[in-house]
Amino acid sequence: MLGYDISWAAFNIIEVMSSTKFTFKRTGYLAASQSFHNETEVLMLTTNMIRKDLNSQNIYDAGAAMTGLSCFVTPDLARDLANDVMTLLSSTKPYLRKKAVLLMYKIFLCFPDALRPAFARLKDKLEDLDPGVQSAAVNVICELARKNPKNYLSLAPVFFKLMTSSTNNWMLIKIIKLFGALTPLEPRLGKKLIEPLTNLIHSTSAMSLLYECINTVIAVLISISSGMPNHSASIQLCVQKLRILIEDSDQNLKYLGLLAMSKILKTHPKSVQAHKDLVLQCLDDKDESIRLRALDLLYGMVSKKNLMEIVKKLMLHMDKAEGTNYRDELLSKIIDICSQNNYQYITNFEWYVSILVEITRIEGTKHGALIASQMLDVAIRVPAIRSFAVSQMAVLLDNAHMLVGNTQRNSIYEVLYAAAWICGEFAEMLSDPRGTLEAMLKPKVTVLPPHIQGVYVQNIVKLYSRVVAQLEAEDNKEEAEALGELLVEKLPMFVQNANLEVQDRACGALQLIKQLIKLQSKGEVIGEELQALFSGELNPVAPKAQKKVPVPEGLDLDQWINEPPSESSSEEEVRGDIFVKSDHRMIQQNDVHKMPELTEEELEKRRKARKQEQANNPHYLKATTPSGKSGLISSDKYLQVTGNTSKSRKTKKTRKRSKKGKSVESESDEDSIRSVHVVTITEGEMPEGAKSSDDDEDERNSNDPHKALNIDLEELPLNNEDNVQSHPVSPLSTNAPGKVNLKDEKKKKRRGEKEHKEKTREKKDKSREKHKKKKQKEEDTDLVSSQLIEEKSKEEPVTNGLSPESADKNEQTEKQKNAENTKGQLDDIEFWLSPNDSSQRPNSELGAKVSSSPVPPSDLNLDSVKVKQEKEEKMSSKPEKTKKKKKEKERKSKKEKKKVREHHDSLLQEDSPKDKAEYEEAPGIATPSKEPGSSLAQTPMTPSMPPASKYRLLAEDKNMKLIYETRVLPNSSNQIVVSIIFTNQCGYHVKELEFNILDTLNTRLARGTDGNNQNSVKVPFQLPPGTTNEGQFAFDVDKVVMPQMLRGTFTYMIVTDGGSTHEKLDFKLHLPVSAYFIGSMYKRDTFTELLSSGDLSAKNTLILERVDYEFSHMLSKICFHCHFTVVEQVALSASLYSRSIQGDHVCLLAKQVNSKLTIDGKSTNSQLLSSILDEVKILLNPTENVSPCE
Amino acid sequence: MLQFMLLFSRQGKLRLQKWYVAHPDKQKKKITRELITTILARKPKMCSFLEWKDLKIVYKRYASLYFCCAIDQDDNELLTLEIIHRYVELLDKYFGSVCELDIIFNFEKAYFILDELLLGGEIQETSKKNVLKAIAAQDLLQEEETPQGFFEDHGLG
Repeated sequence: MLGYDISWAAFNIIEVMSSTKFTFKRTGYLAASQSFHNETEVLMLTTNMIRKDLNSQNIYDAGAAMTGLSCFVTPDLARDLANDVMTLLSSTKPYLRKKAVLLMYKIFLCFPDALRPAFARLKDKLEDLDPGVQSAAVNVICELARKNPKNYLSLAPVFFKLMTSSTNNWMLIKIIKLFGALTPLEPRLGKKLIEPLTNLIHSTSAMSLLYECINTVIAVLISISSGMPNHSASIQLCVQKLRILIEDSDQNLKYLGLLAMSKILKTHPKSVQAHKDLVLQCLDDKDESIRLRALDLLYGMVSKKNLMEIVKKLMLHMDKAEGTNYRDELLSKIIDICSQNNYQYITNFEWYVSILVEITRIEGTKHGALIASQMLDVAIRVPAIRSFAVSQMAVLLDNAHMLVGNTQRNSIYEVLYAAAWICGEFAEMLSDPRGTLEAMLKPKVTVLPPHIQGVYVQNIVKLYSRVVAQLEAEDNKEEAEALGELLVEKLPMFVQNANLEVQDRACGALQLIKQLIKLQSKGEVIGEELQALFSGELNPVAPKAQKKVPVPEGLDLDQWINEPPSESSSEEEVRGDIFVKSDHRMIQQNDVHKMPELTEEELEKRRKARKQEQANNPHYLKATTPSGKSGLISSDKYLQVTGNTSKSRKTKKTRKRSKKGKSVESESDEDSIRSVHVVTITEGEMPEGAKSSDDDEDERNSNDPHKALNIDLEELPLNNEDNVQSHPVSPLSTNAPGKVNLKDEKKKKRRGEKEHKEKTREKKDKSREKHKKKKQKEEDTDLVSSQLIEEKSKEEPVTNGLSPESADKNEQTEKQKNAENTKGQLDDIEFWLSPNDSSQRPNSELGAKVSSSPVPPSDLNLDSVKVKQEKEEKMSSKPEKTKKKKKEKERKSKKEKKKVREHHDSLLQEDSPKDKAEYEEAPGIATPSKEPGSSLAQTPMTPSMPPASKYRLLAEDKNMKLIYETRVLPNSSNQIVVSIIFTNQCGYHVKELEFNILDTLNTRLARGTDGNNQNSVKVPFQLPPGTTNEGQFAFDVDKVVMPQMLRGTFTYMIVTDGGSTHEKLDFKLHLPVSAYFIGSMYKRDTFTELLSSGDLSAKNTLILERVDYEFSHMLSKICFHCHFTVVEQVALSASLYSRSIQGDHVCLLAKQVNSKLTIDGKSTNSQLLSSILDEVKILLNPTENVSPCE
Repeated sequence: MLQFMLLFSRQGKLRLQKWYVAHPDKQKKKITRELITTILARKPKMCSFLEWKDLKIVYKRYASLYFCCAIDQDDNELLTLEIIHRYVELLDKYFGSVCELDIIFNFEKAYFILDELLLGGEIQETSKKNVLKAIAAQDLLQEEETPQGFFEDHGLG
């Protein structure tokens, strides 16, 4: 506590906890919850005390105990106190119920056995009357279900009902998250969810809810592999909404938008690719984590067409990027993007090589090795590019000194490794091999790391052999000898290297060349023989090559090592006798006689076999002459811009160490490889023997508490009794058995009903089958069974189609059931999920939601058999639906106008007065992190007004309330718009609204063309009781440098029962200077230009001695209220800019030192400047004295 | 589920910590130290989420105080921001424009409010009114128990 170790005081804390005074108890529990953990020994002593507190008369004693217990619950405490907490679940006080519900979750984690007996009660709490308890129960079940979704599928109908009826966003998010966990197990659930979810996405203003919905829709769409009719529509919707998120100025939303986008990308790359521009834009973001997310997205967005363009942009970014970390990330992403899927998107490898070479210019990267390996890879696997690559590498080697620069934090020199090797290996393609050779012998080379020097030495010899052969072919022996002398002269610098490897190679090379010179001096031709040293080609190894290594004779990989195999005696017969005796020895023996084999003529054999295989292998990359069979030169394929994904381009070679390397064999083997590529994608790189499919639990850490909670709750009724009794009997639990018995009886009843239900169903013969399948499904929900379900779901419409005949009977039984117990049916998830009603219910429920008196959804949820009723409801809901559509249309069109925003809000409220009433309980969550300004602009349909609104009160009386906001018109230098929201606060109809302003010399109300300038303006609408509407009035202004105060009157007529009365309301309309300001962003350079131009002649300073706001808060306040833009902010100073509609510029420089705030202003108009500074002063410090000085 | 919640100042001083998953003290300190340095190093324009080990960290700065929560991989970040904001609102209402000093001097109150808002890492009560009501009732209970001038008599007033 407070950073000190107080474990020594544990006992004292318990003493305090046990005090009878609440003050002490509260403090004691707080101390305990902060300092105890589940290994605190004294906790054993607390069991009885906590029990006493839990059962205390004072609810706050129990509350404190539960809060504390939730922090330090141990398995022992959980076991002993589970029953007491369970009793509290049915307490009469919601305060205790909700705490108990949440505490149960903690108890389940410590004591999984408690879950089964408690679950029924927990489930009841989902329908608790108190919203707090309800949401607590949802929380707990969601949390449980996310870990073990299988067991909670049966609850889906209940949650579905909650989802469609609740307005509590906190709870909705949890429910939707839960559905996200359930849908992978039950694709049909997903289909059912899509519609309500898309509706939510459309309607919600809460970003968190929106985000959750999108996430779940994505999960649903992933789980539904089969096509859905409006599948693409919902994806489009998601992408669209995400775009809005990403475009938002709030960094958090941007980040999450990109994150969700990348989830869609995996399954629907096309729809995301459309937003490439946006993602590229995000690369410019200030926040590094956002840039990284955008990069991740880019990875999946490339195609053959746009690859070059994207990479070019990335290269540009790399030049600009500050910070090596980010630059490195960019670099590795470029390479990732290009090399992904076996260079799938690269159409021109020359381009890629030149990109790689270009990248080497980047300083201070740590990815040198990566670039090098790419160079090697491309050069080896794309033969057609080799000559180009070699020429580029030669250039690199020539300029090696540029790369070596500072070796400390730079790893780019690694590319020299690749360059040297490529030049040596493909020396025949070098235009000037001698020049390259000399470049490699430059003394500076010795500063390179040893492993590169080693490669240098080796390749110097290769190059030498090439040059000598060339010279000899030209019969230019002197030159050849001279070259040898040069090497003899230069190589010793490698011999002196401290590294053994380099030394070794250099010595060898040196001696070899000395020998060669001797031979040369005798006049012998050595070139050809020398080249033979380096002939043969090094080829890439396929990733699957290891698997393809044939099992040596006599080695049985399936054989048990430690115990004899139980079943397969036939296998044993196949094996040699030796191996039956001892398996250990077998392996040893095998190893022993394998090793020498490799070194001897076996190797030769293999090489031959390999060559033959290569010759016959169509997938093998041929450097020069393609064999007759292959015909296809893979490099051509690289260059072709064919649309197909061309599997055959996976130009890999299996290095098959087969003794029986017959060509026919390898042929078929290659075919199998091709198919292996396709199959293994789904299989993944699982180690053998690893289980696939849905055994997630097994992967969990064995001490994950959730593993123990994987309890099949369907068996609940059967074992209920046993479990409760297995608890140690607590003093209170004496009455528990009675309760349980009662419950059990209920359960039995329910089961009886179920049976009854089943009997009635038997008449529909197919439903019987269905039930069987249901059972089966519950046992294992893997792919196979879900297929079954799919089949079955096709059958079901038939079943329901038959039902009208038996409808009467069904309806009877149905009613009976309804009367007795509705839950039994809700449990029947199969029934609920049947596609027939899935198409009906969401619609009708929607209708119900819109209508003023909602039909209790439970009725709707229950029976798909009540076809008649449902139809009626559908009929009745139809007009409402169309109404709703109309409204939506209306909304959309208005949204475009972007003006009458507030008007919608009122409309929404009008639709569902519920919203307002439940506001305290169920607030519309608006992301708190948003700047007030942006929230206004970005969420036009916010039902609850953002707290910081620009609207100000204009006038109010008992009937009407007027609030207003000013807006500038683009392209208009002498007009502004005042938007006024009229709210009818009385219970009567209000009409004939008229609005008038006493014009001043400077400011006049625009009254239309015919206007006599004294007439009032009619407001073009009427207001029914409780409604709100918005009207806009334009004002002509001459000068905008002074604040204006306008007098006006507002008249209206109230239509009461007894007749109508005229009312009049006077007001003053205040137009501050900032009302004429356009806070549009100016680029930084134009801003500085403006400052340096000298146009800003007027200067003024404002000093505030004490400002209570934090600096950034103050800035946003100024920006928001006075329409300024922050041009730049450095620590506690910032420059701001704005201009008036008449083109006067205002620049402010705000500085904060301690609590003293100085604002220096410059402007083209001095009066404007002083007016705006006054306004800022009032805004920031309405009371304090201020000292403006010229 | 929330794993833990930390409040710390801009100077890196821990002001409040609440752990919903038990850790030994040593590890708690280590986690706290690590997180505080990572978060303080972030610039104000950066987004409030970061991935840290197998958890997601959601933080937000209010005046000089950082509020930082750790959540599971599949939890909703925005909802967590909501929770943080809700907590701040509650503190603000309770203390009346809360500042860091309030939390330093009345840390137990801050804890009590948090305990009414969250329990076991889950949101317990979404209604501000109810939380404040519960707190007020408990404070009243405390006042009734404490005789007038009790603290003054003991030189604690």
